[in-house]
Amino acid sequence: MYPAQFDYRRAGSVDEALSLLQENEDAKLMAGGHSLIPMMKLRLAQPPVVIDIGRLNELKGISEAGGSVRVGSLTTHADIAASDVLAAHCPVLAEAAGHIGDAQVRNRGTIGGNIAHADPGSDIPPVLVLLGASVHLQSPSGTRSVAAGDFFQDLLMTDVGEDEILTHVEAPALGAGTGAAYLKFEHPASGYAVVGAAAAVTVQGGRCTGAGLVVGGVSATPTAVDVSSLVGTDLSDDAIAAAASGLDAEDPIGDIFASGDYRVHVGKVYGKRALAAARDRAS
Amino acid sequence: MARVLGTSIKRREDPALITGRGKYTDDLKAERMAHAAIVRSPYAHARIRDIDTSAAEALPGVLAVLTARDVAAAGIPGVVPVGWLLPDLKTPAHPMIAADTVRHVGDAVAVVVAEDRYLARDAADRVAVDYEPLDAVADVVAALEDGAPAVHEEAPGNVAFDWEIGEREPVDAAFASAAHTVELDLRNNRLIPHAIEPRAVLASFDSSTGEMTIHMTSQNPHVHRLLMTLASLGMPEHKVRIVAPEVGGGFGSKIHHYADEAIVGLCSMKLDRPVKWTATRTETNLTDAHGRDHSTHCALALDADGRITGLRVDTAAAMGAYLSTFAPAVPTYLYGTLLSGQYDIPAIHCHVTGVFTHTAPVDAYRGAGRPEATYVVERLLHLAGEATGLGPVEVRRRNFVSPDAFPYQTQVALAYDSGNYGPAMDRALEMVGYDDLRSQQAARRDNGGKQIGIGFSSYIEACGLAPSAVVGSLGAQAGQWESADVRVHPTASVTVYTGSSSHGQGHETTFSQIVADRLGIDPEAVEVIHGDTDLVQFGMGTYGSRSAAVGGSAIVKSVEKIIEKGKKIAAHLLEASAEDLEYEDGSFRVAGSPDRALALGDVALQAYLAHNYPDDLEPGLSATSFYDPANFTYPFGTHVCVVEVDTETGSIDLLRYAAVDDVGNVINPMIVDGQLHGGLAQGIGQALWENAVYDDSGQLVSGSLMDYAVPKIHNLIPFELDRTTTPCPHNPLGVKGVGEAGAIASPAAVVNAVVDALAPFGISHIDMPLTPEKVWRAVNS
Ligand SMILES: Cc1cc2nc3c(=O)[nH]c(=O)nc-3n(C[C@H](O)[C@H](O)[C@H](O)COP(=O)(O)OP(=O)(O)OC[C@H]3O[C@@H](n4cnc5c(N)ncnc54)[C@H](O)[C@@H]3O)c2cc1C
Repeated sequence: MYPAQFDYRRAGSVDEALSLLQENEDAKLMAGGHSLIPMMKLRLAQPPVVIDIGRLNELKGISEAGGSVRVGSLTTHADIAASDVLAAHCPVLAEAAGHIGDAQVRNRGTIGGNIAHADPGSDIPPVLVLLGASVHLQSPSGTRSVAAGDFFQDLLMTDVGEDEILTHVEAPALGAGTGAAYLKFEHPASGYAVVGAAAAVTVQGGRCTGAGLVVGGVSATPTAVDVSSLVGTDLSDDAIAAAASGLDAEDPIGDIFASGDYRVHVGKVYGKRALAAARDRAS
Repeated sequence: MARVLGTSIKRREDPALITGRGKYTDDLKAERMAHAAIVRSPYAHARIRDIDTSAAEALPGVLAVLTARDVAAAGIPGVVPVGWLLPDLKTPAHPMIAADTVRHVGDAVAVVVAEDRYLARDAADRVAVDYEPLDAVADVVAALEDGAPAVHEEAPGNVAFDWEIGEREPVDAAFASAAHTVELDLRNNRLIPHAIEPRAVLASFDSSTGEMTIHMTSQNPHVHRLLMTLASLGMPEHKVRIVAPEVGGGFGSKIHHYADEAIVGLCSMKLDRPVKWTATRTETNLTDAHGRDHSTHCALALDADGRITGLRVDTAAAMGAYLSTFAPAVPTYLYGTLLSGQYDIPAIHCHVTGVFTHTAPVDAYRGAGRPEATYVVERLLHLAGEATGLGPVEVRRRNFVSPDAFPYQTQVALAYDSGNYGPAMDRALEMVGYDDLRSQQAARRDNGGKQIGIGFSSYIEACGLAPSAVVGSLGAQAGQWESADVRVHPTASVTVYTGSSSHGQGHETTFSQIVADRLGIDPEAVEVIHGDTDLVQFGMGTYGSRSAAVGGSAIVKSVEKIIEKGKKIAAHLLEASAEDLEYEDGSFRVAGSPDRALALGDVALQAYLAHNYPDDLEPGLSATSFYDPANFTYPFGTHVCVVEVDTETGSIDLLRYAAVDDVGNVINPMIVDGQLHGGLAQGIGQALWENAVYDDSGQLVSGSLMDYAVPKIHNLIPFELDRTTTPCPHNPLGVKGVGEAGAIASPAAVVNAVVDALAPFGISHIDMPLTPEKVWRAVNS
């Protein structure tokens, strides 16, 4: 596996990275390199220039303020999985990050790289969509943010512009009475999610006041399931199963391990189990 | 002297390997070394209209681009031979580089040599091959259908061979009068070996001497030298040295002689420079000989008491596009001969069709034929347990060859030398707490939800293919003995030159234990040299779990010769008669006079000084032996697998895995356990995850580790191991071999467990690998 020839540049700041992006056509940013380099080794990606942003400390770190958590794009999966801030305010994101690959992958891979690469089997995207997170981008012309639900556009396609860097994601902290869970059905070869189900429910006075379910792996982008039928119920197993069975994917993806139909089926089962786990955590 | 045989001394190989100091082929560098990249067919079957190498040659730093024309121009044999011939075997030529037709994705069509490997790869992409794609057939069953695309004109109907063993009529009679019969159509899934180290070669030709040194990933350097010189490069055997440095696993895939290694040799000859090539993981998957790939119909007949009366097996075995080194032997003499399992079966007939397909060749892979045979027998025994109502334990017990029946002649050529099958089964049942498991299973069945299943595999294995005269009569183009040269140095330390060729097994540790035990010296005083045709006398290498039984026995033979000679020297020095001398704990002693003794070192020194020495003896204290075993060895055991099946998704969790193996005497228990662990991982991998999948056009869809699932540590559970010990009666160590047992036994144990769990759903068979989707579909159909 030998990549085609490329030039390597290391950016010392976000601004430098942005100008390097402008100067070099078809250049690629490299964060942890754990998706980019495999693509280059298979010669599926042949960027003439790789811009290493791996050392930009300004893009690393996790904080909480004003009811939302902020995670810098260069924060590694390992740091996310072990974060006290997230454990207190948004444990489901840490839970999902802990399911990624193995220790080496988690030590190198970053949340920004993960969602910018947008593999349909990634663990992070369904959680961000579930949380209603926003993705923050910077370009020479300024900054903008986009809702996670709009960020993922298609297979390996996102809303990141050619001249943009993803700087951080922001997600509302989970309030009292809210439980959330991420359950993964792992692909035995790749370790990615065949299906990843992210669910959250809010319970007040024994009644459900809000519920969400987003399933990754069945479609090119995370699939939100309408589980509003749960609101007002006591979240019985039957009610949960009925709600999760609403998962629908028009053109489910499949491979030699799991067909599209099967993924949809597992999505329903894991959706149900994730909702039940979220319910148990909410109380 | 503390006992060293049978103790778990640490592997002396490991400090270098785990600190990154092991030198593998790809770590080696040579002056003026160039790099090769091989241009491979993207089609499973195509005619080559034209190859334009000019764009590649034009890249600065590219040294040569060779095609089949250059092989022809070099005037060398230029082929990759098959080393096992069956009657009427079709042996179409396998050219080193495809000349006019490519027959599988990955078939070599050209090679580029450049100053660095990146450049070589870039240039390879610029070699323009004009292909005319042709229809291809990748599936072993489809290849036998009328009108299937032909892989070779010389093999009508894609049949490479048609082979049978046993007698048909008695089997037919057994079925005609059977009280119970069970039958099964099964696939034994195609596997890709996946040694951690890909194949690699560094060939260094020197025109000034006419000599070539080839460092390569080899399990048998002398065999590689023979095939490489005779059939591929046409060099004199004595001018070629093959060295296997550290080799990072092989599982059979590094036994075989491949086109790529020969191509790199040719490049070095052409350029008069060292040339290196290391397969990428993609190339490994496309070109390493794969394993298994059978389609089988099989049936078992039993009488009213549940005693087996007949076994019938009909198998189509894929050979791939070309016959790899030992390919024809694997689904025949290593498969049909094992079909009696641990059972007294009065009538067996097995028919095998070897089938060419437009895929990578298929050859020996860990277990080679025996896992396929065990899978057939043990799946049928499971079904027989159900059909007779006896259950899996009793139906096996009732049919075991009884301990007093050994030597036991099977109906399929093999004569089992020894065995005692009941105790291994008893112990396995005890380890898992069988009765309790059955009650847990019953409770789950009542409550619904996740189901528990218990699966058995009582396997027989045949290691150390032998003796040479017999394997020769069966078609082997090689002997199956092993060699050892043991040299005692003047200071009584020892160097062993063994024809076995370790590639991860730990021969340096275990062989030093053998010598230390026999000579009564410290294992640290023994050095073990292997894997170099210039250092070591001709040897057959390491495969088929043969190294301890055959290679170890050769070492013992040499040590015995040394002791005999030492006795003569000591007798001379002690002024005693050699017949009166004993050798014990590192000393030669006169029997009955304990004070008249000489240490090994005293005798060794005198052997080299020869100052005070018997007239009729040559100086020196070393001995070379070639040990040709009297028979195979026959390890056996019972494995029990317990699984939990999530019927809602079809996914399977391993709960328990207990293995009781009888591998004869054990040299190093830790190494034996390690071999079992590895074999079990591979066998469980075959049962649950691994699958080489070609699509209808012959593209390998599982060509990367993103799609081909090799088991990872978190997929497995701690294995529970125990042993019984029935020593091999015909070799001096009483050892049998353990390298493949895990991979042979476990697929059937796992599948039987899953099928057992799903019995309430009326499921009697699911083909491997038991992916969740397949299980879920079976449950829901
Ligand atoms: C063996 C293995 C197993 C894995 N298993 C899993 C798994 O189970 N689950 C899972 O979710 N993932 C898995 N991954 C992927 C892993 O999470 C990657 O780390 C991640 O997808 C990419 O992150 P990275 O930092 O390595 O990005 P890189 O590889 O450096 O970049 C990926 C892409 O994102 C772009 N990019 C990176 N950072 C930015 C930025 N700040 N702004 C704009 N664009 C950017 C790059 O240009 C590139 O196109 C696995 C990877 C490997 C190698």
